[in-house]
Amino acid sequence: MSGTKNTYTRRSTVNRLAAENVTLAYDQRVIAEQLSVEIPDNSFTVIVGPNACGKSTLLRALSRMLKPRQGRVLLDGQVIQSMPAKKVARTLGLLPQSSIAPDGITVADLVGRGRYPHQGILRQWSTEDERVVQASMAQTGVAELADRHVDELSGGQRQRVWIAMALAQQTPVLLLDEPTTYLDIQHQIDVLDLCAELHEEQGRTLVAVLHDLNHAARYATHLIALKDGTVIAEGAPNDVVTAELVEEVFGLRCQVIDDPETGTPLVVPAARKARARVVATEAS
Amino acid sequence: MLVDSPPEQRAETAPAPPTRRVIRGLGLLVSLVILVLVALASIAIGAKGLSPEQVWHGLFQDTGTYGDVVVDERLSRTILGLLAGAALGLSGAVLQALTRNPLADPGLLGINAGASAAVVTAITYCGVTSLTGYVWFAFLGAAAVGALVWFLGGSRGATPVRLALAGTAISAALYGYLQAVMITDDAALGRMRFWTVGSLSSATDSTILQVLPFLVVGTLLALGLARPLNAVAMGDDTAKALGANLNRTRALSMLAATVLSGAATAACGPIAFVGLMVPHVVRSFTGPDLRWILPYATILSPVLLLGADVIGRVVARPSELQVGIITALIGGPVFIFLVRRRRTAQL
Amino acid sequence: MKSNRVLRAPGGISLRLDVRAVTVVVVLVLAAFAASVVLIGTGDFPISAGDVVKTLAGNGNAGQEFIVNQLRLPRVLVGLLVGASLGLGGALFQAVTRNPLGSPDVLGLGQGATAGALVMIVLFSGSAAQVTVGALVGGLVTGLAIYLLAWKRGVHGYRLVLVGIGVSAIVTAVNGYLLAVSDIVDAARALVWMTGSLNGRDWDQVWPLLGLCAVLVPLVLVNARGLRMMEMGDDVSSALGVRVERVRALLMVAAVLLTATATAAAGPVSFVALTAPQLARRLTRSPGPNLLSSLCMGAALLVTADWASQRAFGADQLPVGVVTGVLGGVYLLWLLVTERRAGRI
Repeated sequence: MSGTKNTYTRRSTVNRLAAENVTLAYDQRVIAEQLSVEIPDNSFTVIVGPNACGKSTLLRALSRMLKPRQGRVLLDGQVIQSMPAKKVARTLGLLPQSSIAPDGITVADLVGRGRYPHQGILRQWSTEDERVVQASMAQTGVAELADRHVDELSGGQRQRVWIAMALAQQTPVLLLDEPTTYLDIQHQIDVLDLCAELHEEQGRTLVAVLHDLNHAARYATHLIALKDGTVIAEGAPNDVVTAELVEEVFGLRCQVIDDPETGTPLVVPAARKARARVVATEAS
Repeated sequence: MLVDSPPEQRAETAPAPPTRRVIRGLGLLVSLVILVLVALASIAIGAKGLSPEQVWHGLFQDTGTYGDVVVDERLSRTILGLLAGAALGLSGAVLQALTRNPLADPGLLGINAGASAAVVTAITYCGVTSLTGYVWFAFLGAAAVGALVWFLGGSRGATPVRLALAGTAISAALYGYLQAVMITDDAALGRMRFWTVGSLSSATDSTILQVLPFLVVGTLLALGLARPLNAVAMGDDTAKALGANLNRTRALSMLAATVLSGAATAACGPIAFVGLMVPHVVRSFTGPDLRWILPYATILSPVLLLGADVIGRVVARPSELQVGIITALIGGPVFIFLVRRRRTAQL
Repeated sequence: MKSNRVLRAPGGISLRLDVRAVTVVVVLVLAAFAASVVLIGTGDFPISAGDVVKTLAGNGNAGQEFIVNQLRLPRVLVGLLVGASLGLGGALFQAVTRNPLGSPDVLGLGQGATAGALVMIVLFSGSAAQVTVGALVGGLVTGLAIYLLAWKRGVHGYRLVLVGIGVSAIVTAVNGYLLAVSDIVDAARALVWMTGSLNGRDWDQVWPLLGLCAVLVPLVLVNARGLRMMEMGDDVSSALGVRVERVRALLMVAAVLLTATATAAAGPVSFVALTAPQLARRLTRSPGPNLLSSLCMGAALLVTADWASQRAFGADQLPVGVVTGVLGGVYLLWLLVTERRAGRI
């Protein structure tokens, strides 16, 4: 439950991705000031927090979409804004919240576009590209859909296609902005299981913004809880997710028990008074 | 939720606290006063300088002197400015509420192009030579294009961009036709190049009388639609829940907007941006309640139009700059400013 | 896409080809050539197609040589270059604004060039050369103004379109005014210019256009891949390593230059910039920017329209701008209906 609010302390492990005292703002609205965050290598880091706490904004800054007004974001020790775009694209993959699938594009083509950072004018489609695309589609389970048009697919399938595209980029670090929104629960778990696989079996570093705290607690190896642009707590879910923290960050009274399946913390919101009274009367 | 009150009552936006209503009412009075002053200015000021005695003489003792003739002319012009201004402002306010799009303006929606194309057709192919003749054509052209843009822009699904694009695209097509005709027919060129610049100077009493019934009907219709439009402006689902008859309100609103802007364009030629700017300004101090926006728009739009006309008369003495130019030169930058202020998602 | 083929060469070189698109380009080039040959042969002194080809190769008689090389060939070359520039410019605008209706016609570049030309004609009674320069400056300034006014931490498609519409309205009013205050002779002259025509175009117009195209077309095509990525949205393409703002700015500058120069050379020829990319897309059935095919389609379209105008109305009777205007208008309305039904606008 360490709060790293205003100071930046270097850890002993080398972290590839970090934000150093950044101030993030859109026009006049300041989202976060003097925020410092380190993404541990080979972790599955999840950023949680209430609406408008700055989690998506932080992810955008980490992925180079948003330039910090002050401070800097470091990738492999270099300031990310001054690195060549393609080099960053070979290291960091991003699954943004909103993406547009061009009209009439097939799944295979869309996944293929993820190979762009590895291609050039004269190297437009190597055998390696072909292999990686097939592997990415197989891994996300969309290989049978290769020739279908993306706009015909369901929400869950489409999301997996976008993930396949991000995978095709073959980046060691993958950033995902709310990958499970708009999906039904089965697909949410599918996507998260896939992320866990990418993390555990392929050794990638994942950073995801999730709005469901229980999902975050179950899958993350490192949790960052944000509120109003400040890090309230960070660390392993077992350490971070406590009833006090949930109340402080989300304003929700709850109790935290162990998830019967995984042993990770499970947040159980407190019942509303009326119903609790009913239950109590029924029980008596 | 209030499940016990009938839908019509629920549709009423909560009455503003008494002080606010009083302030708005006073504001309306003040606007009226401003309007009268601007109208007087419109009569007294012009390319030909007149002394105050001449103006007085012309207004109340009309005996046919030179000064009287000028005053007569200016009086017609002022009356037209009042009527057309009100019509354009109302039409814009109604369109903005109807399309839930603050960037709607009858000019941008191609209505001017429709009127122009119809007028040139009248001149070239129907041998119509007088303004009173082409008023009907202009009106029909405006109405036809209004309806077309409405359908092509997506009617219910109309976003600001779709409507603007549909209007601009249709305008482009119609102006292409206009150019083709003008290039092959000299008489058309001679007449159209004056008509396409909106102006208050070519109107006569007979023109005014021709469009007056439409303007009156349109105004009454628009003012009467204030309350139902309030509901529509909140979104289809909310409006239905509140019991508003969506289709009827929509159709009537479109009708009112087209009749008003069509008649104004028929009499003056195309004048852009009045319908855009005034409702915007009005909305910033009255809020979204159309029961206030519409009356204010009716009074303040003529202020803008007549003001622009006066500026046009003064700035280029001894000739004058038509009002259509002035409104475009003011309105265009205002429009761009408004576009910049909105976040991309809202466009 | 099923029609994709990959060509591989030693040294890790590989090229991805959309066979269908390449076929379309070849067909269009042939069509443009055929239309050009026929157009050169049309006029008060008809020359057969065979003779035209012979003369182009240098084997015609003196009379034919004069007519072909001095009178008609430059006109046709201007037509090809203007069509190509407008086709490519239009495709770029539509790709950057992500909207099939976001064409220079709608954005007011034509109006801007017209303003420049009108200023020259009405205020300065300029010569043809001066009018051309005026038009070029007008178009460039308008393009620049629209881009700058739409810029707000970057340029997004919708804002560009709306600002363009606003600027267009202002400039149209100014044009209307200039047209109204001019004397009737100037007005007639201005109107002729404003309608877009290839009449009287000669080698003076060919060289600047050719030079510009030679520089800009390769530059644009090199960035075509980045543009294709940008279709997926700024976020995704940035993440893939495309320098979005830089590519967009570059392509917009190229598009404005191409459109302004073409308009300065031939007047605002309506609808080519709008329809050529759309028609190209329908032929290639490829959802991407289709830059090369739009370029070829534009060239073929304009030359064919000029030929049609000559055949239908006699030589030099009706400017090609009228024909493209009418055809374009009809096509546009149809496009609006179908795009709207597909929910793509």
